[in-house]
Amino acid sequence: MNYHWNWAIFLTETPSGSTTYMGWMLSGLEVTLALSLSAWIIALLVGGLMGVLRTVPNRWLSGIATVYVEIFRNTPLLVQLFIWYFVLPELLPTAMGDAIKSLNPFLQQFLAAMVCLALFTGARVCEQVRSGINSLAVGQKSAGLALGLTLPQTYRYVILPMAIRIILPPLTSEFLNIFKNSAVASTIGLLELAAQGRQLVDYTAQPYESFIAVTVMFMVINTVVMILMHKVEARVRVPGGGH
Amino acid sequence: MISIKNISKHYGSFQVLTDCSAEVEKGEVIVICGPSGSGKSTLIKCVNGLEPFQQGELVVNGISVGAPKTNLAKLRAHVGMVFQNFELFPHMSIVDNLCIAQIKVLGRSREEAVERGLKLLDRVGLSAQAEKFPGQLSGGQQQRVAIARALAMDPTCMLFDEPTSALDPEMVNEVLDVMVGLAQEGMTMMVVTHEMGFARNVASRVIFMDQGRIVEDASKDDFFGTPRSERAQQFLSKILQH
Repeated sequence: MNYHWNWAIFLTETPSGSTTYMGWMLSGLEVTLALSLSAWIIALLVGGLMGVLRTVPNRWLSGIATVYVEIFRNTPLLVQLFIWYFVLPELLPTAMGDAIKSLNPFLQQFLAAMVCLALFTGARVCEQVRSGINSLAVGQKSAGLALGLTLPQTYRYVILPMAIRIILPPLTSEFLNIFKNSAVASTIGLLELAAQGRQLVDYTAQPYESFIAVTVMFMVINTVVMILMHKVEARVRVPGGGH
Repeated sequence: MISIKNISKHYGSFQVLTDCSAEVEKGEVIVICGPSGSGKSTLIKCVNGLEPFQQGELVVNGISVGAPKTNLAKLRAHVGMVFQNFELFPHMSIVDNLCIAQIKVLGRSREEAVERGLKLLDRVGLSAQAEKFPGQLSGGQQQRVAIARALAMDPTCMLFDEPTSALDPEMVNEVLDVMVGLAQEGMTMMVVTHEMGFARNVASRVIFMDQGRIVEDASKDDFFGTPRSERAQQFLSKILQH
């Protein structure tokens, strides 16, 4: 193989002159982190709420949650992203569509990708929450109600604290997924980490260094997430095993 | 205090309870027994509204359980229930298990609740375990905590759903001792159990159920002496054989 390795490329100034190629990578990393973390927070809120709704004894509420899950879990992430970014502004009333289109392009891309990732991941979180709640013995709910707690109180104090502990490991893998999935945002032009990697190839013809750097950065993010989540798991572990 | 009138319940086409009636006076201890699947547990879960029923009327402390306007949470706050599988909350310490409903339902202060909880924990002989978690206790200890948790709400009556069935044999007595103590203090109790020794000892009446019907409702002397129904005779001869 006749390839010229050149790791010093990262310290070279970009043609625009304001930063190095490493600067591009770091700004991509920043966008990836901001996008993934903001989408994750929304996904937890939406998924948590919908997951609870799926288990409540009310046909309408659980029906709404079921429809949400079926729509967002059964269509490709990429298609969802294109719909949020390209189609939605056209479907909205003209004034709103125009308002979106007059935002700066980065913000348009970022918001579309954030909503898309949040709702896609939220549907998966919803299913985790539902299975966590359902894995608890029916007896726990009965015990809460029998003490005179209302159904919302029983969820708040009895069911959810245990359900969350049970679903922490699968939630960790959803958390890891959202960083990896955020790379689809490069398809609508958002300059996150993967897109910066590709841009670096276009400018320098050093694909190996570029994609190795992207890979390492994703691995570092996910290693940190895993360590943090293990710490959380250890912290909330119930003495005596409990469940 | 508890008046059960012609209760019937079905899941789809499956009849679980058929025309069950019984009266429980203040201070009475009613033991409900019968083969598995006879509807005993379902019947006492109807008393605090954990199981809905389609027909009949059930009145507890003057409140109709089945009426759509009844505030079930309020009613349940004063009807203690003890479950077969203890159902302590595993993520809470023992003392928090005892306090949570006192604080959230009765509106007691944390100090009041802890004081009351520790007193009851002492009564069931478990003061030393207050800061432990349910998973660190034996089954018998957990069930005694569950009884204390129900008592902390100052219930007017107590429902026991096979409280010793999930216990290792050597732990059954520690739980029964607590229940006997309660009965002797005059607590109104409905107890689903196969512990015939308990029934002989403290029951005011024994209700025998089979296939969703109350087959026999008799004083304990009549029940153990001369059960009228053939089904009850068979049942007794089977469980008292050894």
